[in-house]
Amino acid sequence: MNDDPILRVCTKIIVGPIILFGLYVQFHGDYGPGGGFQAGVIVAAGFILHSLIFGLKEGRKLISEKLNLFIMILGVILYGGVGLVSIYYDAEYLNYSILAHDTKHGQHIGILLIEFGVGLTVAGVMLILFHLFSSWQGKDK
Amino acid sequence: MAEFLINGFLIFLLAIIAVVAIRSIKIFSTVMLAGAYSLICAIIFVSLDAVDVAFTEAAVGAGLSTVLYIAAMRHLPKREKVVNDNTIFALIVCFGVGCLLIWASFDLPVIGDPMAPIHQHVGPYYISNTKPDMGIPNLVTGVLASYRGYDTLGETVVIFTAGLGVLLLLGDGKNRDKNE
Repeated sequence: MNDDPILRVCTKIIVGPIILFGLYVQFHGDYGPGGGFQAGVIVAAGFILHSLIFGLKEGRKLISEKLNLFIMILGVILYGGVGLVSIYYDAEYLNYSILAHDTKHGQHIGILLIEFGVGLTVAGVMLILFHLFSSWQGKDK
Repeated sequence: MAEFLINGFLIFLLAIIAVVAIRSIKIFSTVMLAGAYSLICAIIFVSLDAVDVAFTEAAVGAGLSTVLYIAAMRHLPKREKVVNDNTIFALIVCFGVGCLLIWASFDLPVIGDPMAPIHQHVGPYYISNTKPDMGIPNLVTGVLASYRGYDTLGETVVIFTAGLGVLLLLGDGKNRDKNE
């Protein structure tokens, strides 16, 4: 929690673009540097900046602990689920070529989905790590 | 020559930051210097053309771990305890291992050498087949997400498990500060 008006206003301005940049990194991972892992960290960094300046309580209003847990579980399930779908269509686990009529198209869809899964899990885990570390009160208090 | 100067300068900065971080007894400045160290590392990765690694290092090493350290710092004293142990033995061990590592580095192939063993294994296959197989230009994503999809699934599960472990250790509901 920080009362400095300069920090508060700057944070309000900058959090949106940070998350937007995270999404750009997420969905342009096939074409430029980046991918799910980096994107997840960047999006989490945006929310962490918000929590650092406006306090953990405000941060938990944006993303509640339940939603946070749901996000990190959903990422892993999405990743594993893509593999199961390709088994369903008689291909090897995580063989994306089967996901569309065209092999390349299928690979594209598969990579996009699993990168999104990685991004969700990483963002969720980073956010929950920050909240746990900063809200922990210590044993002897 | 310019490349040598830039790399030399960056390595020099790394060494200075490392020494100052070790010498400093204020924990806050040590944490910030660790972040700066990661940032310089990221710049070195960029100059080695490893943009994806540099991206990860900048985001995770310089950004997030610094924030996590700061969050964890609340539970630590402001200054380190100064211990005056006999450091001669540690110095000898560090110096010996450093010399061994430098000696071993003479056997490494030159950076960018196309005949290096690492470029003779599966690398050529990825380079020639990523575009026809997937139609995407970023080889790193192609290898990471498709050719090595299992590994990335494993990594994701590892991160998930780490988060779960910290949640079980710290988030039992009793020790939480609900008012901040």
